[in-house]
Amino acid sequence: MPITRLVGIAAPLLRDNIDTDAIIPSREITKTGKTGLAAGLFAGWRYKSPVSREPDPDFVLNRPAYRDAQILLGGANFGCGSSREHAVWALAESGIRSVVAPSFAPIFFGNCVRNGILPVVLPAEAVAEIAESVSADPAGTPLEIDLPRQLLSLPDGRSWSFPLDEEPRTMLIEGLDAIDVTLKRKSEIAAFHRRDVAARPWIYLGKSA
Amino acid sequence: MLSKIWDQHRIADLTGDAALIAIDRIFLHERTGAAALGSMKAAGREVTDPARTFCVMDHIVDTRPGRSDQTLMPGGQAFITETRSAAREAGITLFDVSDPDQGIVHVISPELGIVLPGATLIAPDSHTCTQGAFGALAWGIGSSEAEHAMATGTLRVARPKTMRVTFSGAVAPGVTPKDMILALIARHGAGGGRGHVVEFAGEAVSSLDMEGRMTLCNMATEFAAMTGIIAADQATFEYLEGRRYAPRGGEWEMALAHWRELASDPGSIFDVEIEIEAAGIEPMVSWGTSPEQSVGIGDTVPPDAGERPLAYMGLEPGQPIRGLAIDAAFIGSCTNSRLSDLRRAAALLKGRHVAPGVTALCVPGSTSVKRAAEAEGIDKLFVDAGFQWRESGCSMCFYAGGESFAPGSRVISSTNRNFEGRQGPNIRTHIASPETVVASAIAGRIADPRETAL
Repeated sequence: MPITRLVGIAAPLLRDNIDTDAIIPSREITKTGKTGLAAGLFAGWRYKSPVSREPDPDFVLNRPAYRDAQILLGGANFGCGSSREHAVWALAESGIRSVVAPSFAPIFFGNCVRNGILPVVLPAEAVAEIAESVSADPAGTPLEIDLPRQLLSLPDGRSWSFPLDEEPRTMLIEGLDAIDVTLKRKSEIAAFHRRDVAARPWIYLGKSA
Repeated sequence: MLSKIWDQHRIADLTGDAALIAIDRIFLHERTGAAALGSMKAAGREVTDPARTFCVMDHIVDTRPGRSDQTLMPGGQAFITETRSAAREAGITLFDVSDPDQGIVHVISPELGIVLPGATLIAPDSHTCTQGAFGALAWGIGSSEAEHAMATGTLRVARPKTMRVTFSGAVAPGVTPKDMILALIARHGAGGGRGHVVEFAGEAVSSLDMEGRMTLCNMATEFAAMTGIIAADQATFEYLEGRRYAPRGGEWEMALAHWRELASDPGSIFDVEIEIEAAGIEPMVSWGTSPEQSVGIGDTVPPDAGERPLAYMGLEPGQPIRGLAIDAAFIGSCTNSRLSDLRRAAALLKGRHVAPGVTALCVPGSTSVKRAAEAEGIDKLFVDAGFQWRESGCSMCFYAGGESFAPGSRVISSTNRNFEGRQGPNIRTHIASPETVVASAIAGRIADPRETAL
């Protein structure tokens, strides 16, 4: 699904090193598919105990003001730890369409791009400023994220530019399937293998000597 | 080294810093294998080269003797059975639960000669960087990227920057590669390597055996690095020669000639250089909920430690790390469960016993490691000392197979992550070397292995 402009309520979760075990504990991944994960999102923090499932009213996403949040504000190294793409699937299933943080773990960043979640890198001071602004009145202070212009804005006009490499930018704006895009280069890939099998035959298993 | 491997594998330049990179080896596991293969099938896509695509059951398999497909993890059996049928249908090479070659992916891949110097290898597992110890460009990706690699034989990759971390001089006796990598992350932060391929160099690295190099590279992901890599050398070639998927005969000679050219040229410029005096490193133990929150065994919890990790771990600022009473000890994981790790741990256990009230487990990194350890009587040393001796798998590194210690337990573990809840709800994890784990299990408290050895 292409992303150009997002407008949504932002929920602050300004902890550094939010890891994917926190985003989706392993015990919450009980099925082999990519869905059925929303209940497990931040399970260790959202519920008073893993067994009772009684929501902790203090956790940001349990607060009524943030219930419809579509944007998450995070700390440094967001999404570190396990490569489990379930972390991104759980966020997407819960309606999160963008995460804004001072930095992202590389695997998590790639998983976001592959699933149409926009990772926005802004300095920690900017994220803190935004968090402070939205927390007074979350529904009244939605963030607007303009992907083609790479601009994040508050309703009062304050805005911040954010970086994004061309490759993920294009994929997200156009809602492209990376595999389809790559398969257009089938002949280049085949040509590479013809050269490579001569240069490094030991790489190619299952072929007769 | 990055440039050489990148140039060898670059099929096309994409926009910006990105390139289409050929992927030589893909390794799946049962936690996401079924999802990735199923998703491909639903999209009508086939695995482009099944002969170079592997899969192993390691993540949630039960490790208790006599195991089957049943797991303690609710719903876990489906991951195993669905991955099995998807793997068979796709014609990829599967190492199943009771296969003699079964084990943790990053333990068996080198054992089988699947990872090779100069190769690109990916797996949907963040510790794939472990295999960079062989001079391969090996890194972790998600499930969707695994599908992309299977369907096209390539990945679209942004070219990373380069960092060289030189451990100069020699470590003191009793200091291990686990301590070296924890020292790096403690000093430079869990984000210190972001955007970089980290090349480990220096005498203290080249003097490591292959298993030690794997421990070092294993935690490059905890440093936010794209991956870790160590130049292949004679030790690497000797390790790989004769392994099942390694080249033989004329191809071996051809490969060797190629591999000898891969090391970074003298005078290579790296984007970042870090130097660490190896002699200054102590046995390390984590105190908090990130690997960067680690200190030397003689140190204390930092006076400025944050409230949240202190509360979770039940510690006070300034509290000495040595002497903390523990409830459980775990030896396992792709970080430290290879034969050399078990030998060194067993040597410390001989004639000693786990302290009363401490639950202790040892999970060998692979079924081959388990067999080899048993042939040397290592299992008996562990069991006589009061450890449970298990079948191979990822096990309690991450609350896998639904098995965990009692909530609130303080655990000393040879694993790689001390995150909140990683080993189970409210489990307080301290990560350390296998020697430190064993010394602590014997003492019933976090202990300095150098004192146990005396």
